[in-house]
Amino acid sequence: MALKTEPFILNIGPVHPSTHGVFRMRATLDGEVIVDIEPVFGYLHRGIEKLAEERTYTGVIPLTDRLDYLASMSNNLAYVLAVEKLAGIPVPERAEYIRVIMAELQRIASHLVAVGSFLNDCGAYFTPFLYMFREREKIVDLFEMVSGQRLLYNYMRAGGVSHDIPYEFLPALDKFIRQMPSFIDEYDRLLSENEILLARAKGVGILPKELAINISASGPVLRASGVRWDIRKADPYSIYDRFEFDIPTGIAGDCYDRYRVRVQEMRQSLRIIKQAMEQIPLGEVSGKVPHLVRPAVGEAYAHIEAPKGELGFYLVSDDSIAPYRCHIRAPSLINLTALREMMVGWKIQDAIIIFGSIDITMGEVDR
Amino acid sequence: MAIVNLGLNIPNRLQTLPPDWPGGFWWHWLIFTVIIIAFVLLLVMGYIYIERRGMGRMQARIGPNRAGPFGLLQPIADAIKILLKEDIIPTKADKIVHWLAPVIAFTPALMIFAVVPFQDGALLADLNIGILYVVAVSSVSTVGIFMAGWGSNNKYSLLGAMRQIAAVVSYEIPVVLAIASVVLIAGSLSLNQIVLAQDIPFILLQPLGFLLFFIAGCAEINRSPFDLMEADSELVAGFHTEYSGMKFAMFYLAEYAEALVISAIITTLFLSGWRGPLLPPWLWFVLKVIAVFFVMVWTRTTLPRVRIDQLMALAWKFLLPLALINLFITGIEILTLPATSPWVMIPVNFAIMAVLILLWSKFFKLGWGRVEV
Repeated sequence: MALKTEPFILNIGPVHPSTHGVFRMRATLDGEVIVDIEPVFGYLHRGIEKLAEERTYTGVIPLTDRLDYLASMSNNLAYVLAVEKLAGIPVPERAEYIRVIMAELQRIASHLVAVGSFLNDCGAYFTPFLYMFREREKIVDLFEMVSGQRLLYNYMRAGGVSHDIPYEFLPALDKFIRQMPSFIDEYDRLLSENEILLARAKGVGILPKELAINISASGPVLRASGVRWDIRKADPYSIYDRFEFDIPTGIAGDCYDRYRVRVQEMRQSLRIIKQAMEQIPLGEVSGKVPHLVRPAVGEAYAHIEAPKGELGFYLVSDDSIAPYRCHIRAPSLINLTALREMMVGWKIQDAIIIFGSIDITMGEVDR
Repeated sequence: MAIVNLGLNIPNRLQTLPPDWPGGFWWHWLIFTVIIIAFVLLLVMGYIYIERRGMGRMQARIGPNRAGPFGLLQPIADAIKILLKEDIIPTKADKIVHWLAPVIAFTPALMIFAVVPFQDGALLADLNIGILYVVAVSSVSTVGIFMAGWGSNNKYSLLGAMRQIAAVVSYEIPVVLAIASVVLIAGSLSLNQIVLAQDIPFILLQPLGFLLFFIAGCAEINRSPFDLMEADSELVAGFHTEYSGMKFAMFYLAEYAEALVISAIITTLFLSGWRGPLLPPWLWFVLKVIAVFFVMVWTRTTLPRVRIDQLMALAWKFLLPLALINLFITGIEILTLPATSPWVMIPVNFAIMAVLILLWSKFFKLGWGRVEV
């Protein structure tokens, strides 16, 4: 005779060590197995899109910093690209190179945090996390050199960047990209082939290729499912068509592939930075931009391959100094939409690592 | 059963042991009780210090270094802080169970040290069934943990406690089987006799038994990679989520005291206990205990955590068959080759261990699979 059991509702979050901020999952459990899951958003809603309507085009840049606060440079870049497209502002060559270097450094920094916190969710008690943060610190130091800030950089401007890079930046960058590959190898050796990690992450939380495309997932989450889609190649913005790099993809679309894709992408980013460093020209870093940008009536959408996926800004101008509407396509939010399909049928422990492997930042999900 | 025997045995056993102690039974009892409590509390503090500093070093950071020289007073600072914290009992908690749980979880760890020898004959009670007593008493703390999980009326606590029960029930068996093969070699259940029998540390004669005991022991006391019951990244803090103040301190103490117990038992069973050249016996004992604990800290900082079904699979599909085979082989060796020099047996045993582990890894992988709903 079967014992009569009842499903068990567990609130994971909003304050929970593994929700990476204030996310809440309302999980219905059968023992340890998840039978249903309902994500609850909005605990970090700050109304950034609405705030943007009250500010000048330049004044919005600090707001974009606060979207995905682990990848401020990328957010800056996506926004200024949209403004440039809207107002038709040219960008000097040197600024383009600086932007690419910054965006790729930011990708490495963001992936370091993603990989570290994923392994932490797997239960490797803070060790990978702290080592990743040690490396991230070096990138943050580089950013501090150019922007004076360590988290929210507010560095890029429509028509260029706010300052030229200081003369000690390139030697420091050179040192960093010479050291970094051996560190990535070291972390790879430590855990990538670990039996427990394989058992935990392989085959867990599969996002099938069709579903990944249908929910318009992007970034490492999409590529891990085996789709070779990277906006840097598919619709090159800035000067990405000048660099040689590969798009790492996974096969199965499980947590392990998402982890591997991120590790591989760090290596590719280093390749891009190396090429950009060799080619960077001298010259102006900011074009002739009026103090207050006042684009003609119209609309523009610019998207970039941010560390977490396709980050897009849709701007509408009504011929004033502030955008009439600013919509943000946030990859973290859209990648989360398949959460239920990925989690149902797995245990709580798997749900935690699936969530960790998607790599979201709550600042971007809730905006 | 063990408890009954204990009650019957203590008086007459202790009056004969140890003969050179002044004052007879009660003095002996008093002195050793004080020694044990001081030893456990001091070494737990030492453990906390080692874990925090050691983990700090392994994680490329410094670790606590503000309180006292080299941060040595950090455990004391922690204790003071925790004592001053407010003691919160959830409204819907079962108050009696909630209150009783930390006591029940902590006491067994102290009780076990009654039979652990600090040097030859220096122990509270040289029970002739010592190791059986250890196995019996160490399971009691699980009751405390389950009471905590149930009594706090919190879903995370309950999940942690359920995992704990499942893990302890499964891992008790390989633990006991690994102990049994040691007992076969030593020919005694008394921990003092087992140490005296170790002219060669049993880790050399029983390498497989040592590994099994170490893994299963770690699983029983929630050390990583089997720390599913606390699992801070999943269950927040598992069974002690709802505890604060001194009650939380009791659980914290119990956790480290259990780690101390397991390392003391490993030292006694496999690393020849207090025996060693030059240094005084008790110092050897403490050094070996700390060395075992250091390995635990090391695995904790390195390995990810297994999943609950993988934890069960590891116990039942990997550890249990290997422990049975190990017991069987040990029995055969003792029956057929009693007079063989141990120096011949050591390479043979290591070879057997290597073959068995390789063979079993072929049969069995930590399974991954989706549970259908």
